Formats: sequence, structure tokens, C-alpha cells
Amino acid sequence: MARRKVMAGVALALGSLAGTVAFRRRSGRRRDRVDVYFEDGSMISLADGSAEASTVLPLARRALETTRS
Amino acid sequence: MDATQALSDLKEISSQIEAAVVLDADGSTIASTLDDERGRDFSQVVQELLAAVGRAAGNDEAKLAQAEIATEDGSVFLVRDEQRTIAATTGPEPTVGLVFYDLKSCLRSFAEEKPKPRAKKKKDEADGEA
Repeated sequence: MARRKVMAGVALALGSLAGTVAFRRRSGRRRDRVDVYFEDGSMISLADGSAEASTVLPLARRALETTRS
Repeated sequence: MDATQALSDLKEISSQIEAAVVLDADGSTIASTLDDERGRDFSQVVQELLAAVGRAAGNDEAKLAQAEIATEDGSVFLVRDEQRTIAATTGPEPTVGLVFYDLKSCLRSFAEEKPKPRAKKKKDEADGEA
């Protein structure tokens, strides 16, 4: 009985750890994005991995490198 | 307000802003917080970035007003008015609204730049004639 409880506790801990890792990885990926606001009040958000964002994000990284070099 | 002074004030007000540059409508650099060489390089990348954002957004009907390009290493902000563009870099996860507010205020300080008054000169001339 006690052994079962320990096993359940270990499984719960491992599940929580895996969930945390997955969440952190996902939120880390979500950080890269392009948010564009227009004069008419509309806005679009281009996520990392989209064809549109793939041309913009490398330039932003280059801009950051330039200012920090 | 002097362009360099405006950027200096901006950096003082906003601790999140690492570097900033102001470009004219034709792409020439008005002021920069960076030294000459890095300022030139940054201005060049900002112009490429503006063009790329315009193409990526693909909205032909509305003009781009502002943009944030967020990466894990930091963000690049772009804010435009009729005549100028201000671009700035920050660290990761900045307070977006605050940075946009500070950049718009900085651009407004350029727009509100008033020409030197001429009334005094006219008065001096009138005194000379009398």
C-alpha cells in the first residue's frame, strides 16, 4: 500500500516536471514574433515559423547584435 | 528640441531602451545614441527591417504606424509619423506599452520643434530705422 503511494507520488512529480518543461519550451518559442500596428487601428501578429516572420526576425536579431557589439 | 538631446532624454527616461536611432523620411539618420560606425550599421538594418515588415504585413490599404519585433535576445521597436521613424532596441520581454509611449513622445518632441521667432529681428530693424 505504502509502496503504491510512493509510486503515485513519483509519477505525479515526474508528470509535473514534464509539464513544466513543455510549458517553458512552448512559451520560449512564443516569444519570437512580429507585432505590426497600422494607422487605421488594425494589428497583425506574425508568429515565429511563419513565412512572413522568417524574413523579419533575422533582421531584428542583426539589429540587436549591431547595437550590442 | 535638438535631436541628440531628445534621444538622450529618451534613454534617461526609459531604462529599458538600450539604443535608438531617428531616421528621416528619405532614410537618412537624424540622430543616434550609438557611435558613428554602429549608428550607420544600425540605421541600415532598420531601413531593411522597415521594408521587410512592410512586405510581411502586406496591408496595402493602411500605413504602418508601429511594430515590435520580439526575439529571445530582445526586442526591436519601430514607430513612424509622417516625416520620421524612430527605432529602438530593448532587452527581452520589455514593457511594450511603455516603450511605445516613450518612443511616440520622443517623436512628438521632434514634431513640436518650433522655428526661431523672427519678431525680435523685425523690432530691431524698426528701432534702427527710427
